Amino acid sequence: MSARRITALLRKEMLQIFRDPSSIAIAIVLPIFLILLFGYGLSLDPKDIPVALVVENPTPVSAGVGAAFGLSRYFRITTVTSMKKAEDLMREGRVDGIVRLGQNFDRRLLIGTAPIQVIVQGVDANRARIIEGYARGAIGQWMGQRNSAGADSSVGPVVVQSRIWFNADSDSRYFLVPGLVVLIMTITGALLTAMVMAREWERGTLEALFVTPVRAGEILIGKTVPYFLLGMAGLLLTASTGRFLFHVPLRGSLLVLTAVSALYLCVALGFGLLISSITRSQFVAGQIALIAAFLPAVFLSGFIFDLASVPKAVRLVSYLLPARYYVSLLQTLFLAGDIWSIIIPDCAVMLVMLLVLFGLTLRKTKKRL
Amino acid sequence: MESLRRIAALIWKELLAILKDPRSRFVVLIPPLLQGLVFGYAATYDLNRVRYAVYDQDRSDASRQFLAMIDGSGTFRRIANLGDQREIKSIIDDRQAILVVQIGSDFERRLLTGQPADVQVIADGRNSNTAGTALNYIATITDAFNSRWRSAKGLTSPPVEPSARAWFNPNLETRWFMIPGLIGMLTLVQMIVITAMSVAREREQGTFDQLLVTPFRPIEIMIGKSAPSVLIGLVQVTMVLALAIFWFRIPFQGSLLNLYPGVLLFLVAAVGIGLMVSSVAGTMQQALLGSFLTITPLAMLSGLNTPISNMPAGIQYVTLINPLRYVIVIAHKVFLEGASLRYIFPEMWPLALIAAFTLSFAVWMFHRRLM
Repeated sequence: MSARRITALLRKEMLQIFRDPSSIAIAIVLPIFLILLFGYGLSLDPKDIPVALVVENPTPVSAGVGAAFGLSRYFRITTVTSMKKAEDLMREGRVDGIVRLGQNFDRRLLIGTAPIQVIVQGVDANRARIIEGYARGAIGQWMGQRNSAGADSSVGPVVVQSRIWFNADSDSRYFLVPGLVVLIMTITGALLTAMVMAREWERGTLEALFVTPVRAGEILIGKTVPYFLLGMAGLLLTASTGRFLFHVPLRGSLLVLTAVSALYLCVALGFGLLISSITRSQFVAGQIALIAAFLPAVFLSGFIFDLASVPKAVRLVSYLLPARYYVSLLQTLFLAGDIWSIIIPDCAVMLVMLLVLFGLTLRKTKKRL
Repeated sequence: MESLRRIAALIWKELLAILKDPRSRFVVLIPPLLQGLVFGYAATYDLNRVRYAVYDQDRSDASRQFLAMIDGSGTFRRIANLGDQREIKSIIDDRQAILVVQIGSDFERRLLTGQPADVQVIADGRNSNTAGTALNYIATITDAFNSRWRSAKGLTSPPVEPSARAWFNPNLETRWFMIPGLIGMLTLVQMIVITAMSVAREREQGTFDQLLVTPFRPIEIMIGKSAPSVLIGLVQVTMVLALAIFWFRIPFQGSLLNLYPGVLLFLVAAVGIGLMVSSVAGTMQQALLGSFLTITPLAMLSGLNTPISNMPAGIQYVTLINPLRYVIVIAHKVFLEGASLRYIFPEMWPLALIAAFTLSFAVWMFHRRLM
């Protein structure tokens, strides 16, 4: 290893990065865009849900139900007088739910049990389930108001008091922002590196490097360090925006966050290097990085979807993904704190992955004549 | 006529270039199928294995009945019975359980004396959506327990009984929503990348210049470059569609004749975006990274992962130029609602407009670069 040779390689790589606007765009512009989008745009929490309220014969009671839905910040009510009109609105996609008070609602309320029908547009099942829950809540509230004078038979016998730890208001940004860090690190680590290295292979410039006194290990260092720095810059950007702009808490320590991120970034870089040295073609390397690194980081990492609920075979695949461990670490570090019983095993797995990946890459890049 | 023959020759050459290389053939055909399969299983908000722990201070018949209903629901797996309040923290912190159900020591006594009995449920909010869904399941189970308890003890039922029903997806399975949506998502990625990269590769290897000195007109080159991608896209769509219908058994309510026109427009629009990217990109690296810079926002703002109606109004307007948004709605409407052309027409004409715009923009850019 020679410091002078490595510095020269680093300089060359840095120049290349700064001269090509596309790497900067990926490493800096994309993260900024994504964080603003995740912070301000994307949310799993419905609001202003358009709902049709079917009242066949309006009375003060039905007006009370309407008011309960209208007061809820989740709903926007359109009152119609027949079920057919409501169904038409739903088919045209103008409302996402129908609340129907049965005929003679008032009278049946007095003699016993009055039916309220809630129909939701079920295509987006997750949203539908949330809407259903909100509708029950609004009805419960209305009943509570009605019964506040007399005995409260609407409540109980068993009442669930629920608390969500680490995210009491159930703000979906709290888990979207840590997930975003994973995406950004995967993009710079695996995708960018795979492309850059594959280009050298494809153009034969790597062979040109081989005839120089530069060693394989030095080439790898020269290639990875600049992208490592780019990735860490992305982390800094995302974590600080999340913390200061969107008030996502960072309950763990900054030091641990930096350390585990550096570890994951190295694994991602190793993966990118391995892909490029196997495929040696930009087209294929780019595609594989996309398919084997980026998309699984979205779908199979536990970032959005719960991994415990997927079939066993798919779950086994997810154990092979470094992103899975990193997502678990980030969610814990951001929201719960430094929990060593999670940090140590997850880091150990990533460390093993790192060694395997770099070993394989080094063997594949060994100078060949 | 002459022009048609030239275009056909170019399309043939392009198809051969992609399909003759075993590695790129693999990349074009296998991943959509594999991804459809894996993500089809993974991309679900439904829970079926919620690990939970119990801290039952009452240990009465009533509390056992309540817990038996949770265990019997098929969704929850009890992993521990806690004997101490302090264990709750560690079992949640370590992610062994995502839910802890705590029953106070006066549970049965309060129930029998007609007072409301509290059950504390603590959820791990590190993924608050999962936590919310699990709590929703608990609420449903509690409702069932309550009505069973009331009828067993001869208590009066509550004055209002809400009944809920879902249209088009009666059991509210997220998979029915995600997989038809994946048809658009997976092909969008492939269309943009394949098109952008195939032009950039020619440019980087200098064969694009050779193409330009042939009698081909720029418009013919554009058609020759885009038609093969559209054909590959149709194959990919059909593969994922078959997977959805025959493997995942999602009921296909509509007609293929209503689905494919929209899909075709979408593919043309996506290829147009790929061409736009390649017309700005000078190298393959720029083409790939450029595709990536385009795909990410398109995917995020498609409404598949998070509903468009939850977004702020300004961003909702931005999604109007996103072709993915429309094809996902078309897929859902045809697939689940069995919608006829009348109901999907509002999604078709924006797609046609977007396709026309992206293609003509790309042609214009190529012309400009050639001058």
